[in-house]
Amino acid sequence: MPTTLSESGAFRGTRPYRGTQVRRQRVRAAWTFLAPMLIVLALVAGWPLLRTFYFSLTDSTLSTLGTASFIGLENYLVYDNGQWYGLLTDPLWWQSVWNTLFFASVSVSLELVFGVIVALVLDAEFKGRILVRAAVLIPWAIPTIVSAKMWTWMLNDQFGIINELLMTLSIIDSPIPWTASATFSMWAVIMVDVWKTIPFVALLALAALQMLPKDCYEAAEVDGIHPVKVFFRVTLPLITPALMVAVIFRLLDALRVFDVIYVLTSNASNTMTMSIYARQQLVEFQDVGYGSAASTLLFLIIALATIAYLYVGRNQLQLGGDT
Amino acid sequence: MNSRQVNALLKRTGFWLLITVILIYALFPFYYAVITSLKPSSELFRVDFWLTSLDFSNYAQILTERSFVRAIANSILVSVSVVFIALLLGITASYALGRVRFRGRSTVLLVILGVSMFPQVAVLSGLFEVIRALNLYNNPAGLILSYTIFTLPFTVWVLTTFMRQLPMELEEAAIMDGATPWVTITRVFLPLMWPAMATTGLLAFIAAWNEFLFALTFTLSDSQRTVPVAIALISGGSQHELPWGPIMAASVTVTVPLVVLVMIFQKRIVSGLTAGAVKG
Repeated sequence: MPTTLSESGAFRGTRPYRGTQVRRQRVRAAWTFLAPMLIVLALVAGWPLLRTFYFSLTDSTLSTLGTASFIGLENYLVYDNGQWYGLLTDPLWWQSVWNTLFFASVSVSLELVFGVIVALVLDAEFKGRILVRAAVLIPWAIPTIVSAKMWTWMLNDQFGIINELLMTLSIIDSPIPWTASATFSMWAVIMVDVWKTIPFVALLALAALQMLPKDCYEAAEVDGIHPVKVFFRVTLPLITPALMVAVIFRLLDALRVFDVIYVLTSNASNTMTMSIYARQQLVEFQDVGYGSAASTLLFLIIALATIAYLYVGRNQLQLGGDT
Repeated sequence: MNSRQVNALLKRTGFWLLITVILIYALFPFYYAVITSLKPSSELFRVDFWLTSLDFSNYAQILTERSFVRAIANSILVSVSVVFIALLLGITASYALGRVRFRGRSTVLLVILGVSMFPQVAVLSGLFEVIRALNLYNNPAGLILSYTIFTLPFTVWVLTTFMRQLPMELEEAAIMDGATPWVTITRVFLPLMWPAMATTGLLAFIAAWNEFLFALTFTLSDSQRTVPVAIALISGGSQHELPWGPIMAASVTVTVPLVVLVMIFQKRIVSGLTAGAVKG
């Protein structure tokens, strides 16, 4: 419930200023204060997005941005000389869509499970809890590029500590080329992403856990119900709304993933995501029209996912605006 | 010992074992980067779990390299400016969104939420054109401008939730005294908002310090790069001869300030993250 002046108790009864000069002045001031922010957002987000949509309908290249000609939907799909061409017929694009969906669903699921486990541990009372919580936060603070480089080194096929460790423990008998192999590179990328983002999920889950009422736990303890059952029947349903928020934040991040993959495996097709594909077309191949078409489709996929989520979870995500 | 005591002991041991596993998992990669960075290049390719030498030659190498020092300066310039702009625009916007009731407020909030969900690559070509038109290509100012796309929505969002929690009596008193909204913000709210501004400023700083895609795309020469791009582009003779010692030294150098900040402001960061997400 927002505390706005027009509803405050002090003014009820006489309501001296509803619709008065003070109120008008406040509304005018509000728009004046919002204007700079809205202008900046229009300049860096709104206008560029519209231009990207437009470029996707042209044959622009990086050097002919202004003078390109309109070619309709040809970047997406075109029938020419008995053959279909365009983004939607490119198997590499479809692979990048599949890779992105696979990466996002697997890594977010793993983060959710491990994040909740870490949160449950941090929710318990023990000595040194604050230190452990600080330590858990460290992976989150490390720049993505740095964590990707650190893991690339640890996953190095000849000199990496992971292969060394696995071979010492006789889990594998020959080194695994983690970032180069078709089978393992996606899992390597997921592993690094999960390592980096568990803290975020854990902190949100922990915040939710600490807001739970203590009395239902006492009741369950008195009744002698097994803690695992209590977790699934009481705790989990109560923290689900907070977890859903963490999941949507993480999913949106994972669907646009770029930097961790760019550093770990560069443009390899086994781990190519939609962002990597679009940027490769845009910058490396300088094909702005085609690359913009790929960006536009990524935008549409994320927008659809967001709208679907807002529609399904509209009761949980309150905008807190005009309530 | 009866079975009950054994059970309790097992539980305690299991719990501490779990904590140990979590700690090793969270800390080991960074620890390994630190010990790698302190090895001379001759010992680099022998796997060690413990610190075996204290050799600072990797640090000496990167800190005397002009492009890396320049990248640190660029990163500081960009991140500090981004924080400043985001807070300046954010505090006024959050006053409007958090304290004034007007038509279109939820629309503005929805737009802000929408922008924060943009995939960066979706604006890449359009933003490239804007930056080139403003003559900011290959210039830190272009990065400062482009970074507002992710710092500004977040800052406004979190500051608005904090702004809402302040008691209304303060503002009423100011209005009774005939203060204008601008005076109310600067004299009444600003002093109370410092903790919230420190939190959001810190989060915006970390986001700007770590950003990679725009920095990679909108800069060209070594002297204009930021730290993440500089580290990603450190290369040796070939793909298979990366200079891991200097790379790890550079990584540790740019990460230690962040880790220290996070340790000091742990509580604030947690409250900022949860305010941005849970209440969002």
